[in-house]
Amino acid sequence: MSTAVEETHHDTHHDHKPYGIGRWLFTTNHKDIGSMYLWFSFIMFLTGGAMAMVIRAELFQPGLQLVDPHFFNQMTTVHGLIMVFGAVMPAFTGLANWMIPMMIGAPDMALPRMNNWSFWILPFAFVILLGSLFMEGGGPAFGWTFYAPLSTTYSSDSTALFVFAIHIMGISSIMGAINVIVTIMNMRAPGMNYMKMPLFVWTWFITAFLLIAVMPVLAGAVTMVLTDKYFGTSFFDAAGGGDPVMFQHIFWFFGHPEVYIMILPSFGIISAIIPAFTRKRLFGYASMVYATAAIALLSFLVWAHHMFTTGMPVFAELFFMYCTMLIAVPTGVKIFNWVATMWRGSMTFETPMLFALAFVILFTIGGFSGLMLAITPVDFQYHDTYFVVAHFHYVLVTGAIFSIMAASYYWLPKWTGHMYDTTLAKTHFWTSLISVNVLFFPMHFAGLAGMPRRIPDYATQFADINQIASIGGFAFGLSQLIFLWVAIKCVKGGEKAEAKPWEGAEGLEWTVPSPAPYHTFEKPPKVE
Amino acid sequence: MSDQRPDNSILVKRLLLTVAGMFAFGFALVPLYDVFCEVTGFNGRTSNEAAVYQEVEVDESRTVTVQFITRNAKGIPWKFEPSIKQVKIHPGEVKVVNFLASNPTSSNMVAQAIPSVAPAEASLYLNKVECFCFNQQPLAAGSDAEMPMQFYLDPDIPDHITTFTLSYTLYDMTANTSAEQMAQLLKTE
Ligand code: HEM
Ligand SMILES: [Cu+2]
Repeated sequence: MSTAVEETHHDTHHDHKPYGIGRWLFTTNHKDIGSMYLWFSFIMFLTGGAMAMVIRAELFQPGLQLVDPHFFNQMTTVHGLIMVFGAVMPAFTGLANWMIPMMIGAPDMALPRMNNWSFWILPFAFVILLGSLFMEGGGPAFGWTFYAPLSTTYSSDSTALFVFAIHIMGISSIMGAINVIVTIMNMRAPGMNYMKMPLFVWTWFITAFLLIAVMPVLAGAVTMVLTDKYFGTSFFDAAGGGDPVMFQHIFWFFGHPEVYIMILPSFGIISAIIPAFTRKRLFGYASMVYATAAIALLSFLVWAHHMFTTGMPVFAELFFMYCTMLIAVPTGVKIFNWVATMWRGSMTFETPMLFALAFVILFTIGGFSGLMLAITPVDFQYHDTYFVVAHFHYVLVTGAIFSIMAASYYWLPKWTGHMYDTTLAKTHFWTSLISVNVLFFPMHFAGLAGMPRRIPDYATQFADINQIASIGGFAFGLSQLIFLWVAIKCVKGGEKAEAKPWEGAEGLEWTVPSPAPYHTFEKPPKVE
Repeated sequence: MSDQRPDNSILVKRLLLTVAGMFAFGFALVPLYDVFCEVTGFNGRTSNEAAVYQEVEVDESRTVTVQFITRNAKGIPWKFEPSIKQVKIHPGEVKVVNFLASNPTSSNMVAQAIPSVAPAEASLYLNKVECFCFNQQPLAAGSDAEMPMQFYLDPDIPDHITTFTLSYTLYDMTANTSAEQMAQLLKTE
């Protein structure tokens, strides 16, 4: 390993990079592109977050006070779209860009020019989507799931813009996924065989296949919505021989694998961080790989658990119920492995580890509420209530987003060459941890008591619960400004970080200096 | 590294092919879904074509209750209802139920009724010999019509289906009909 350090040291001496705006527009460097993805995702996170603040402000009290219902619907819709396609997915792609080449000992991504494209079309997609909010009749207001006929017969004139924005986002993530697959299959350093790859690489590898399989189906679904609305086709229009329920089948055929697209890379991140701060090897590496693959395969067989109340035959309801519950098995394997890794380890609690631990516990809560929703007869009561909202925010916010924060704190010293302000970072952790639970935990009770989701007003008995959730929401929103502050401060300066700032960390990325030189592993490292 | 270039292009081509294939698959789901629904009765659709009545033994030992529901889709002001709310029928027996429609507006209109059966499983055993839903229904301004639906149940209908509901939703098709088509439809009527 020491040879690698020397070689890359040598690189730093002629570490030319272009200057000015041109560097960012035309860059094909995986680190530059990774950074752009991460900043873009952060901006989207704050934008989507601002919309969530509008939602929580309106729901602070029963009755309609701040915004009109149509605008409220636009906020829930665009909040969901931005968080899914603008915050979580680009953040993972950013991490993939930064880390995968360094983790497998490759000099860059396999298709660097395509990499530039896949990032730079993304801002346009979101400008189009956000721009549609200012059109006459407003932007999309049919929920991120854009069920027909809400998105066809009853949608505003700007729906075409929504469709094109989704097309562009889809193309971007497909290009990103192709790049990841080609990089992993063709660019591994000699000796880096598949079963030696870090789990973050493995989970992304599988995620990339999921993306390639389902993003085109999403593109098909939005295209059908487009032609139904503007060109007189009847894919989803019963009057013309189509079927609105079919929309849901097509959408969720994409939609369920999509939720795993947003969690599998997290599993990889957590599998890197827990061993590092436990100073033990990951328990059950191979079972982690197989569990990830099993989850990915099963995710194609469970989509109709989102559709239990559409009147499916009992046999189908049972089939999808059991398949859904089956997914809990490989997921449980993962939780077990993380806990077993910690067992008798010498643990320390640096910020990345704190986020990782919170992930393990809170993601598990989200998994349990998922299991409750998977019970068909019970879902008849819970469906479309705040219980579902609580479920997916536990898996997505305290799951996916917490893992992204954990990853940021874990690799920030590598990216910037500086140690961040740890006191501030821990403040960010604790304020986020407390506020996120104040925000989402009460939603379980609101849902169990029957409060429907996506409604700007509610019966007065839900007033207290909503007030608590809103306060948690504002606090969580403000806490993220601390994150921004830590990140900017760390980019600008701070204590010099060593090549390997975490004692127990493993992997090729720690063999190069911090900050990672512009070009790394131009000569492939030796992997024992 | 240079020897890896050709590999990349082969792999990229394969992956792009997969993407194209999955895009096509998204659209292939549409006909696949139709076939699937037809075969399994999933989603409670009934056939759009008239069943030819086959001499079958009437099973007088069993009676099935068939309920009728009608509903107007948004924006169609017709009156539309079954002449009877429910009938009791032996499997194999043929019955006719009339549906009444009237167009209270001062313009000629065309509508299409879309059937659906719940529980969906029953749709597999419902055979319609004649139904107004097989065609679009024209109604001149202010006129009304009695629309027959003739059906029988397949004697194979499982014992546990003792009651099912046949619902019709009426959609306004006037905007999709040209003046000539309208005249034609009203004439044949
Ligand atoms: C053990 C694992 C899980 C199970 C059993 C499960 C089960 C379910 C079920 C049954 C629903 C439908 C609820 C309804 O609409 O009535 C649902 C909704 C949802 N789940 Fe999960 N889930 C699991 C994990 C996850 C993960 C890991 C994610 C994402 C990271 C996720 C994201 C979502 C989302 C976004 C929705 C709501 C979609 C919508 O209607 O807007 N779930 N889940
Ligand atoms: Cu799902």
